Amino acid sequence: MQDPLAFIIACAHFAAAIALLNGIGTTFGDAKITVAAIESIARQPEAADSIRTTMFVGLGMAETSGIYGLLIAIIMLFANPLVNIYLSHIGG
Amino acid sequence: MAVLIILAVFLRIKLRKMEDVPKGVQNAAEAVVEFFQNFVHTTGGDKLMGLDPWIFTIFIFILSCSLIGMLGVRPPTADWATTFALALATFILTLGMGFRCRKGKYLKSFIEPNPIFLPLNIINEIANPISMSFRLFGNVLGGMILLTLLYSLAPIFLRIIIPIPLHIYFDVIMGALQTYIFCILSLTFIKGAADG
Repeated sequence: MQDPLAFIIACAHFAAAIALLNGIGTTFGDAKITVAAIESIARQPEAADSIRTTMFVGLGMAETSGIYGLLIAIIMLFANPLVNIYLSHIGG
Repeated sequence: MAVLIILAVFLRIKLRKMEDVPKGVQNAAEAVVEFFQNFVHTTGGDKLMGLDPWIFTIFIFILSCSLIGMLGVRPPTADWATTFALALATFILTLGMGFRCRKGKYLKSFIEPNPIFLPLNIINEIANPISMSFRLFGNVLGGMILLTLLYSLAPIFLRIIIPIPLHIYFDVIMGALQTYIFCILSLTFIKGAADG
């Protein structure tokens, strides 16, 4: 291994890509919530308002895990702590 | 911010003389306030009727923060400090409304169904503001990063045309949706603390 810093940065990019893979699960969860809400609205149109409110709350909850993955990816790319640890390690 | 201040001063001057039969600007202002009162009433119930100024404030603030991204500047909600401050205010409001409406029963709800669950319940309460702030922050920041990438990738004569639909999606639609979710989640948490 000639350049450890390049290896660390390459691994950080792989980690960001893997962290973003949880978008798959988040999307399926969102789709399930929306399908269930549409089915209940079609079955019972008079309850549409409360169903819509609950659906948005559920969507917000389900999207949180996707947002966490995005944040981890952003931290890996732009504010990676490992690079600083390595730099301080070779510095002193 | 400047837009909000100018709007507030304008409304203050226009509404100096209140009339019993509203017309013009007063009519529009009353319609907006009544809409938010109805929103809080249908979502939160009778106990939370006093909360509509707070919901109105965060709604207008987050919405204008998202919309200002269309001018090409960084939206204030793309900084975690802003969203965490808003979520922390909601968290304190949750605790306050819980104590005010239920007194000792609210403290008792932390050790239900069993005193062993006390740490879990505390973590559950603390996770709410953190997840709420990260949700808004991540959405706005993700949109901003995507648009910045697109601005630097696109050829110089296409920089005006290509980002327009993405601006509409990320700033207007997602901004309004996230604002709505933030308000309704705040109301839901406060209602959960107040009603039990």
